Amino acid sequence: MPVDILKEKYTGKVQEVVLGATKEEGGTRAYTVKLGGSSTLPFLQFEGEIPNRPVIAYEMWDIKPDWPDCFEEVYGDVWNDPVAWAKKIEELGADVIYLKLKGADPELDNSKTPDECAKVVKAILENTGAPLMVEGPGNPEKDNDVLQAVGEAAAGENIALGVAEKDNYRSIAAACMMGKHCIVGRSPVDINILKQLNIMLTEMGVSPEKIINDPLTGGLGYGIEYSYSIMERARWGALIGDKMMAFPVVCLAGPEAWRAKEAFAPVEEAGPGWGEQKPRGIMWEAMTAAALLQAGGDLVLMRHPEAAKLVKKHLEGLMVSNAY
Amino acid sequence: MAFYMIGERINGMFKDIGEAVAKFDPKPIQEWAIKQTQAGAAYLDVNVGPTATDRVKSMRWMVEVIQEVCDTPIALDSTNYDAIEAGLEICKKPALINSCPCERPKIERVFPMAKKYGAKIVALTMDKSGIPKSADMRVAFAMELLAAADEFGLAPDDLFIDPLILPCNVAQDHAPEVLEALRQIKGLSDPPPHLTLGLSNVSQGTPHRPLINRTYCVMAMTVGLDSAIMDVNDDELVDAIATADMLLNKAIYCDSYAKVFRQR
Repeated sequence: MPVDILKEKYTGKVQEVVLGATKEEGGTRAYTVKLGGSSTLPFLQFEGEIPNRPVIAYEMWDIKPDWPDCFEEVYGDVWNDPVAWAKKIEELGADVIYLKLKGADPELDNSKTPDECAKVVKAILENTGAPLMVEGPGNPEKDNDVLQAVGEAAAGENIALGVAEKDNYRSIAAACMMGKHCIVGRSPVDINILKQLNIMLTEMGVSPEKIINDPLTGGLGYGIEYSYSIMERARWGALIGDKMMAFPVVCLAGPEAWRAKEAFAPVEEAGPGWGEQKPRGIMWEAMTAAALLQAGGDLVLMRHPEAAKLVKKHLEGLMVSNAY
Repeated sequence: MAFYMIGERINGMFKDIGEAVAKFDPKPIQEWAIKQTQAGAAYLDVNVGPTATDRVKSMRWMVEVIQEVCDTPIALDSTNYDAIEAGLEICKKPALINSCPCERPKIERVFPMAKKYGAKIVALTMDKSGIPKSADMRVAFAMELLAAADEFGLAPDDLFIDPLILPCNVAQDHAPEVLEALRQIKGLSDPPPHLTLGLSNVSQGTPHRPLINRTYCVMAMTVGLDSAIMDVNDDELVDAIATADMLLNKAIYCDSYAKVFRQR
């Protein structure tokens, strides 16, 4: 007698969001990437479709970053020149360039103006072909001004602007709608607020195929299990038809992993049991990303190119279908 | 979708719909189709009622005029299976057949028809001798219906099993029996069948209808009810269902939970 294997039947799926626009689509990107679209839990191809490989974005700043010393040998030659940096991460294999406009932080001396930020973005777009995500400096008022200018300068390129939060989303949403860009909505590891933010964005008129979520993940060893359960819950909601929980998810694996002393502490401070700092940090970042991909990440933001390469190889294995 | 609300209003038993069916006037039918869809109905129940002279023709016409204004799936409600089949032939979305009792000749007519058209079935826990009084008998009928589903190649969740509630002012003792039946039927198979009720029956003839309806619905949801044929335009009832759905941890909480519950 043939045995019928019982499989979960889902009624919903993760919204598919396209990032970037080619010449035919009104932009200048060499290609576009698709986020989301899954109709099953992460990498369970035997219960549904996973049409798009999770995307690997490389992080860069518009100014020299305050990252650990091991990044000097990788980016030291380019981190004073955003265009050169963007070109370098594109060569290193980034699917997406993720630009943090830290230089516009009003806490800094010589904080960049919105116009200066817009020029940086424009120059990067002129010299690269990868889709782009842009994050503001993290100050609500300045974010609004900077992202509006960036949105105008990049009109038609279908970049992603972030981050919109529950108490500060209107101007960023307006900038996205004006320039036909995607928006990254973030909540502080709180699924209820994230859902409410998505509702408010859609009520304002942002199209569902333009919304990306950042549930604000923790790094390995620093609350990643809490992020995992929230992301799993959101994916589960998406699969049973909750459209306000069905947006593709970005995970800041690099920035979170490198905040951990396990990643950055030199061997002299950490002790010989921890091993050399550089391979340890790279592994810490790669493991953080691997866990977040299992939790349902549709895009991981990576900082160290060696970690990104490990994750890409890992993903290629995970994307081999296990359907039966 | 956590809870399937089946809008009861397009039924010839209501005066405005009865007149519309008699005169082939699409307006009241289309208005209620839109109004119930906006309220969050997962299915629109369609019953030609007693005024129709040709039930097959009227059913087909009602389905047509509803599909002109919305794409909400339709629950074809009739004891005339030819009328149901006429509806199934033109339904654009998979329909719900309302209903089939646990009687062999009717099962043999309805279940293959559901399979052919990809429809689901409201299956009643009763036979020719009427509605059983005890929970046990209701569960026994449910088991027979599930076995029949398997026999005809349908999945357990192709059935919306209705353990049949009676008005509390004439058969009060049925209310707890139905709750117990719901609880047990949910455990009969994995995946479980859907469970539904003709909710408005519970308050028939009483002066407290909305209060009784929403109280009983919430009670039944705690033992597995995941659908009801109901007044979807009773806002307090829908709010109560949305709240119970959230408190049962089936929908993720957000401040606008009652509003998003109504969005399909």
